[in-house]
Amino acid sequence: MNKLPPGEVGALQRQETRLAWGMLLPTIASVSFIVILPLLAIFWISFKPVELADLRAPAPLAREGLRGKLTAPGDAANIEYRLRNSHSSRAIASVELSDRIPIGIALGELDPRCSLDGQELRCSLGDWEGGHRERLRIPVAATDEFIPGETDIRATEAVATGDSENILVNFQFTVENFIRVFDARDFWSVLWATSFYTVFGTIGALVVGLFAALLLNNSFPGRGFLRGLFLFPYVAPVIAVAFTWVTLFDPFSGSANAMLQQMGLADGPINFFGERPLALIMVTVFEIWRYFPLSFLFILARMQAVDADMFEAADMDGASPFQKFRYLLLPQLFGILSVLFLLRFIWTFNKFDDIFLLTGGNAGTRTLTVNVYEQAFAVSDIGAGAAVAVVIFCCLLVFSVFYFRALRHEEEL
Amino acid sequence: MKHLRYGYVAGPVLLVLWSVTLVYSISIFATFGFGAPARPYFPATAIVGGLAGIAVILYRNQYFLAGASFIAGAILSLAGFGPMQFGSGLSTLNEVAIGALVLPAITVSGSTILRKTRLGQLDRHEFEEAIMRFLTGFGLAFFIVIVVIPFFVMIATSLKSQQELLQNPLDYSIALSKGWDIFRSYRELFEDFSFGSYLWTSFLVSVVTVVVTLLFSVPGAYAVARLRFKGRNEFSQSILLIYMVPMIVLALPIYILFSMIGLRNSILGLVLIYPVTTIPVALYILQGYFRGLPYEVEEAGLMDGLSRFSVIRRITLPLSLPSIASVSLYVFMIAWNEFLLAFMLLDDPSTFTLTRGVAMLNSSEIPRQHLMAGAVIATIPVMMLFLGLERFITKGLTAGSVKG
Repeated sequence: MNKLPPGEVGALQRQETRLAWGMLLPTIASVSFIVILPLLAIFWISFKPVELADLRAPAPLAREGLRGKLTAPGDAANIEYRLRNSHSSRAIASVELSDRIPIGIALGELDPRCSLDGQELRCSLGDWEGGHRERLRIPVAATDEFIPGETDIRATEAVATGDSENILVNFQFTVENFIRVFDARDFWSVLWATSFYTVFGTIGALVVGLFAALLLNNSFPGRGFLRGLFLFPYVAPVIAVAFTWVTLFDPFSGSANAMLQQMGLADGPINFFGERPLALIMVTVFEIWRYFPLSFLFILARMQAVDADMFEAADMDGASPFQKFRYLLLPQLFGILSVLFLLRFIWTFNKFDDIFLLTGGNAGTRTLTVNVYEQAFAVSDIGAGAAVAVVIFCCLLVFSVFYFRALRHEEEL
Repeated sequence: MKHLRYGYVAGPVLLVLWSVTLVYSISIFATFGFGAPARPYFPATAIVGGLAGIAVILYRNQYFLAGASFIAGAILSLAGFGPMQFGSGLSTLNEVAIGALVLPAITVSGSTILRKTRLGQLDRHEFEEAIMRFLTGFGLAFFIVIVVIPFFVMIATSLKSQQELLQNPLDYSIALSKGWDIFRSYRELFEDFSFGSYLWTSFLVSVVTVVVTLLFSVPGAYAVARLRFKGRNEFSQSILLIYMVPMIVLALPIYILFSMIGLRNSILGLVLIYPVTTIPVALYILQGYFRGLPYEVEEAGLMDGLSRFSVIRRITLPLSLPSIASVSLYVFMIAWNEFLLAFMLLDDPSTFTLTRGVAMLNSSEIPRQHLMAGAVIATIPVMMLFLGLERFITKGLTAGSVKG
């Protein structure tokens, strides 16, 4: 049928390819703009000494004021320009101040750096260090053209300009951020919290989800209702359920503490989210509680697709319930379980909201993702935050290799 | 281990475990639901369970079991040895009544667990089935407790006042005598914290996100599913990779960029980003659905001279409407629940989304019931959507990440 020589692409085929890429273009464009670009940016920033305050480039600020009063022709006063560098540590080069002096005002002796051109006052103020402040005074007098009540020296704003370097776009690089991140005393504890949370959170959610799926695998009245109910933790907004847990486990007014004490299981109030190592265990339990529904849903869907004939045959052969689970059902679930494991592993590793809302990363629960926020916003060290983000990204690259290998394996099954 | 295989060992052991499960769950619900200070009494629970384990094997008649254990429960409670004890808060009559009801609950459900169990040696089937039934009962009680209690606490806390909460953190009984005043926290949120406007912003942002996501992902998914082009497989795999980039890694540069160009504190900024986080998922789900549609119908349309776009509009889209509905709901849910970006990018209360508004309530100056009322307000719309359209959502969720 195909009359084209091998390797040649027909016109129709070429048209289809063009159409396909055309249809994908909006997606590719938007994704590369919001995902690829920021990813590149994070690599760039991680090699730069940037702090939160550097996001605004240093700018010269000028405020104009009048010392004394000008009410009638012949009055004398001083204009005062209060000048400062908006940034406390970065310099601004060749600062220029310009202002328009209204008609009816005559300037006295000018500062040597200033000059008057018609009505335009210009001052070249040179280079400013970070945190530079100064006051510039110029004596003025009202001339005959001064109209009381109308001539206003502040009618035009004084404008200050200067060259400042934006640290984000220059070519100054450093590996200081990475050294700081790896050298930090708590880096290993961050890594430990991340591994604990990721491994146990993933396995826990998987096992609990498997258990829930086994419960609802057989049909009984109320099963549909329970299935909906079991999904509640996953469907509800994380902010709602996280704050509910915080309220429930509050050491002073929380019901869980009151209940444990009433049942005689605890002597005094327990600070569930504030004590090492309990806090880490609690955030992991929360993770399991919130995400078991997802594994439950996938495993249940897979279970429902398992051929019932096989179990009938096993019944005939006298297999016991545990044998049927261990030797028939579990092997069928192996594929979905391994894919779910990898997927949940990656997502748990990526999780930020949950821990941030529960403990804010305190009491030994700071994972890598929370550390990004902590470094960038709490310590105001954007560069270090970006360095942590790069570490996260590299870990993810490794994980995703495993994921795609498993996915391909599952497809082949 | 070998002795466990005898009915007179397995029966009591399983029912001790079961009665502990049951008594503790009932106590938790009684305490939270009615403010009754129920305290499970372990020795009594264990002894009752053990005896019940023998009794339900010996006597199969459920009516007899229920009657006998009713009387036994009443007597035990009178003697102060009931499985559930109450502090001074309850009258003796009530305490006896509860004791008289808990015991039949144990024996009747216990006889179901040990339905086929005999006193003598059990074969593998009988033994394992009994364990399975116990595990089923335990699992149902366990899951219902862990799922229902937090949501119950959320709603009940929002209906209380500060003093009531501090006085007795276990009393969640709702004071109906207060009438409409129990919804005070909600009224204050809407009147003093402008939650109405947050609700509207969230709704707007979510709807726009759904629309934009569909506009982008439907053609993309169609191309991946139907058109042959070089790099198709690579594309459909790398789109999943995007899904694995953590939001916090992207949020940092986006925060920097938005600070510089002044898009922080604007709904527009949010709406620019939200769809991009959902497009890859939506595209992946939709292309799976499109592949499942019969291609012959589309081919016939092409033969009859329809252009690609009219084929999509007139044939593919109407056929895949249910899948598009489920993807829309899934995306709506993601956008509605999104917290991180809203938290980082919005500082000005006039632009808050609902999740950002609730985060603002988490401060020591604002009482807990307001925070919980905010949580309820954020949860209710998404829950209503979910309950009404559960079938669609579960479908969307299942297709969401892996083929299964």
